[in-house]
Amino acid sequence: MSSDQDEDSQSQHHTQTAERDRSIRCLVSKVGLDGHDRGAHVISRAFRDAGFEVIYSGLHKAPDEIVQAAVQEDVDVLGISILSGAHDTLVPKIMDGLEEYGAREDTLVLVGGVIPDEDRPELEDEGVAAIFGPGTSIEETIEFVRENAPER
Amino acid sequence: MNADDRELLDALLAGEHRALARTISKIENRAPGYRELVSALYAHTGNADVIGITGSPGAGKSTLVDKLAETYRERGETVGIIAIDPSSPFTGGAVLGDRIRMASTIGDMDVFVRSMSARGTLGGLSTATADAVKAMDAFGKDKIIIETVGAGQNEVDIVRTADTVAVLVPPGSGDSIQTLKAGILEIADVFAVNKADRDGADRTVQELREMLHIGEGVGFGGSGHHGADAMADDRTEPTAGTGAGNEDRGGNTDAEAGADGDGNDTDSPAEWTPSIVETVATDGTGVDTFIDELAAHKSFLVDSGTHAEKVRERYAEEIRTLLREDINTLLETELEEAGGVEDLAEAVRTGDTDPYTIATDVLSPVAACLEEAAVQAPGLESESDADRH
Ligand code: B12
Ligand SMILES: Nc1nc2c(ncn2[C@@H]2O[C@H](COP(=O)(O)OP(=O)(O)O)[C@@H](O)[C@H]2O)c(=O)[nH]1
Ligand SMILES: [Mg+2]
Repeated sequence: MSSDQDEDSQSQHHTQTAERDRSIRCLVSKVGLDGHDRGAHVISRAFRDAGFEVIYSGLHKAPDEIVQAAVQEDVDVLGISILSGAHDTLVPKIMDGLEEYGAREDTLVLVGGVIPDEDRPELEDEGVAAIFGPGTSIEETIEFVRENAPER
Repeated sequence: MNADDRELLDALLAGEHRALARTISKIENRAPGYRELVSALYAHTGNADVIGITGSPGAGKSTLVDKLAETYRERGETVGIIAIDPSSPFTGGAVLGDRIRMASTIGDMDVFVRSMSARGTLGGLSTATADAVKAMDAFGKDKIIIETVGAGQNEVDIVRTADTVAVLVPPGSGDSIQTLKAGILEIADVFAVNKADRDGADRTVQELREMLHIGEGVGFGGSGHHGADAMADDRTEPTAGTGAGNEDRGGNTDAEAGADGDGNDTDSPAEWTPSIVETVATDGTGVDTFIDELAAHKSFLVDSGTHAEKVRERYAEEIRTLLREDINTLLETELEEAGGVEDLAEAVRTGDTDPYTIATDVLSPVAACLEEAAVQAPGLESESDADRH
């Protein structure tokens, strides 16, 4: 028996294990004074049911706090839920914070909630990967995360 | 270790939060190379106090952990928190909500909170927790707190990673004390009757105290029921209830451990009687006393020499767990090679073979390797002997 063959099958086994054990980690966050949390709850539960690990920030977090949580928890996906209309000031602050910790590049940032069409290009320029407004299908959202979660 | 992991380790040791976060991810995912990384961490560990907090869901663990962290920070110490939540048994997914309760320390990067889910095998989770503690220790955290739901044996294993274990008991139901007896009681170094602002806290303290007395009686066998009681009395009495007489007790423990000094009194081996404190996690009442008790227990461990013993036991367990996991991996590979467990099981079902024959066959290449290694070993040994001379 060649030992090479043994090693091969063993490393193959390791990769299989790694794939199975690796689940997508997401932070679902509510930032600022916005108290609309139904959407964030709906998304958190849907992500959980899809097999993701979800950390929910709770209401009324400052951009810095969101950044801190995203960095410490080493999430693959940062979801920001905003229905208050303050996205144009809050989202850039979060993006800058991620940059500061070197986390901007390999974090998939999503924004959900009430975002007027004319504000979307600006957020996308900031580095937001996708925006999900009211009525978007949950399946579509989950599919997007599965396909775009960063490989590490 | 590859260059990337070396860089990661250097960044962690240099105090970069993201490097610590990424290291813990590698540990959780058992990413390629994580073993070498954890090995390398060990040289930088041993400075942190590790505290385990357990208790039923809703007992107030996260709220109390937040207050603990806040108080440690006020004292100038840095804190790492590992919060473990159960995951959904169906999907493997989880909503990790402990962080929500940790509001007063959020915004302070010197409190590093990491949420972990109970995914995968639970045996694996206690290893992952122990390794994540090592990462935080190497990073330089002074206090590391592990929060976990005190449900079963697996959680008990997790919390054993800690030097000092606190069990939270909400007041009210005598039932909760009854359930504690199964396993959790034995691991408690400090009981915190949290939600002491609610009715029934005094009674819960009383019940705990009685239970500890009964435990002592059993522990001492028939030899001195009275003596055991008296001892338990003078140790637990002053601590029960917040504050009063607590200093006395701390002094008592120190004196007892210190007095033996060189003589090391073999007649009465140092023993720790779990202390009981009342806390209100929501407003911080009793948290200082709680912290004093945690510290008193740690001093007791160190002064009495129990700490070294405990650490040794923990590492022995870690070594065993690692080896078990490694061997399991090897055997899984062998199983695959032998045709996979399902086909083999089917062969047993149809009467072609039996589990014993299969186990022997699957194991034989491994056993052969071990024999081969045993033959080679003497040679290796003499080589290293030669090196030494
Ligand atoms: C219910 C509701 C409330 C409830 C909120 C209850 C709660 N706990 O959430 C109450 C009555 C409290 C409320 C109060 C207010 N509301 Co209101 N509210 C709504 C309403 C009608 C529905 C929101 C909702 O829950 N939808 C259901 C959830 C499931 O959908 P969703 O949040 O949009 O989430 C979906 C997507 O957006 C996306 N998504 C959301 N988050 C995320 C995150 C991620 C990561 C991803 C991937 C996707 C995602 O996925 C979800 C599922 O498809 C909206 C109007 C509307 N149609 O949106 C107004 C609305 C949001 N409210 C509005 C206003 C102005 C207010 C108040 C200021 C009113 C006032 N003057 O007092 C207060 C402010 C409260 C506060 N502190 O913030 C405005 C906001 C205007 C703006 N953005 O410029 C809206 C748009 C109504 C309007 N047309 O004017 N509100
Ligand atoms: N009245 C009271 N409520 C508390 C106390 N400690 C925690 N709580 C509340 O109990 C609930 C559960 O607390 P949490 O920390 O999440 O418990 P955990 O599940 O054990 O982590 C929350 O609503 C807290 O605000 C306390 O000392 N007194
Ligand atoms: Mg909790």
